[in-house]
Amino acid sequence: MQKHESSSSTTHVTHKDSGWRLFLRTVIARAYPRLIGQQREPSWLIFEVVMPIGTTIAYVLVYKALRAPEEYIGFVVMGGAMTAFWMNVLWSMASQLYWEKETGNLALYIIAPNPKMAVLLGMALGGMAATSLRALIVILIGSLLFDVTYRVTDFMQLFAVFLLTMVALYGMGMMLASAFLLFGREAWNLVSLAQEPIFLVSGFFFPLKALPFWVGIIASIVPVTLGMDAMRQLVFPSAFPFGFLDVRTEIAVLAGLAVVFLVSAKWLLDYVERLAVREGRLTESRR
Amino acid sequence: MKRKGGLAMNRSALWRSFRLATWLGWQIESNWTDPFLFAIYSIIKPITGAAILVIMYGVITQGRFEDPMFPYLYLGNAFYIYVGSIMTGVSWAVIDDREHYRTLKYVYVAPIHIPLYLLGRGVARFLTGSIAVVITIAAGVLFLSVPLDFSAIQWGLFLPTLLFGVFMLTMMGLLLAGLTLIMARHEFIIGEVTASALYIFSGAAFPLEVLPPWLRPIGFAMPTTYWLELLRRSLVSDVAQAFPTLSILSNAQLLSILIGLGVLFAALGALIFWFCDRLARERGLIDITTHY
Repeated sequence: MQKHESSSSTTHVTHKDSGWRLFLRTVIARAYPRLIGQQREPSWLIFEVVMPIGTTIAYVLVYKALRAPEEYIGFVVMGGAMTAFWMNVLWSMASQLYWEKETGNLALYIIAPNPKMAVLLGMALGGMAATSLRALIVILIGSLLFDVTYRVTDFMQLFAVFLLTMVALYGMGMMLASAFLLFGREAWNLVSLAQEPIFLVSGFFFPLKALPFWVGIIASIVPVTLGMDAMRQLVFPSAFPFGFLDVRTEIAVLAGLAVVFLVSAKWLLDYVERLAVREGRLTESRR
Repeated sequence: MKRKGGLAMNRSALWRSFRLATWLGWQIESNWTDPFLFAIYSIIKPITGAAILVIMYGVITQGRFEDPMFPYLYLGNAFYIYVGSIMTGVSWAVIDDREHYRTLKYVYVAPIHIPLYLLGRGVARFLTGSIAVVITIAAGVLFLSVPLDFSAIQWGLFLPTLLFGVFMLTMMGLLLAGLTLIMARHEFIIGEVTASALYIFSGAAFPLEVLPPWLRPIGFAMPTTYWLELLRRSLVSDVAQAFPTLSILSNAQLLSILIGLGVLFAALGALIFWFCDRLARERGLIDITTHY
């Protein structure tokens, strides 16, 4: 909504965007604080990079102590970079509407005329772009520190895998954002619980194939699981024997997950919005 | 007589601060769900953390769990759970009370001892951490051939080392709590970042020799390095002494270094907390809300 005021008259002319214009403006408005606002606090960049790189360095050193083959160092560096995305989805997507409720902004979201899906999409796009920068720094530092070499076998497939992983992952985040809104104080604990167990079953720091097959299949519901496995196969040719599934199969599954999560996000968001209007209790903070 | 009464009242206030903070901390940590789910929640994170290392080890060594390297990294990693739990538990109380519940200002004007209140708030995570440590070690003994012989454990070394380490970590948590008092917005990760950095420099999961030579002195300056080494030696002496990092030092020498560094870090924690606490009061930071 844009408001123009004439200095020569007391008449107020009000412009109201609607339809796709409103959708687009909402997306940009919600992405802005994540893309631009976050960069205004350089110390955040240090903390957001230091944490994943700290874990990455520790696991690389464990592999070095065990005299592991070189490709494992690359696996860990890539896993460390993907950690940044998973943490962003957990803490800045899934639990975001819960934070908004705690800080009192959620009621404003609900009564505003902006499409809620656009709010979530803006959050996702802004978070994705900002986190890509952090993940890139983790990869650069990790690669320089431990002399990791990459040899991409198929750029098109790599691009497709990364894009589909991001769409599916942030689609999952959008869906969880609505789901977590239905929780109270336990939301914090649930998000916290989705860290180490997911790092384990998704093979963030070792090849997914090291786990029993059925664990890998169940873990594949988290898009980063298959995305990371495919990217490892495409970036480290010697990793093909460690691949969980064929790259093309993984691309197809990721595409399916992206559709399922985005549709589910829309459905859940509509449900939560209806609940908010009907019960009038959803926006209350339950500390 | 008057002096005696005053002292008794002070002791009573100190004990009350600690006791009520412990009860409050336990309620906050645990009453968001039923006890069964809380128990699962408390142990699943550290267990899966340990499982990541076990799988990494198993993949590379083809499952040679009887190798001395395995108990070295497994036990170090298990006891390291305390580092994260205790340090973060104490410092997190500041954020929880100041930013989330917005009650820190009331706590400050109440007749309680603030450092003891914060230490009490950290007890809940110490307890859940202890359960996680016990379960992790039990899983290692039962399923992964960690060679723990109860009759061979040096209890006289193990228990004092463990207790001193808990005290030392508590004081380091107080240090972080002090820093948290004067920090804004990003204070919520200070505990995790510190624990993550200490993990690299404490030789928890790998010998310090793996670090580049210029980084090793940092590891040797950390009391946690000696604490973990002594805990390993007291539980599985032959296995732990197989590693070159601290092999030239006897248990008595290690204990002396641990006590020296531990007291130094504890004093530093108390001093920094005192300084930051004064600064926070002067600047009116006790009741700020920055970024919850």
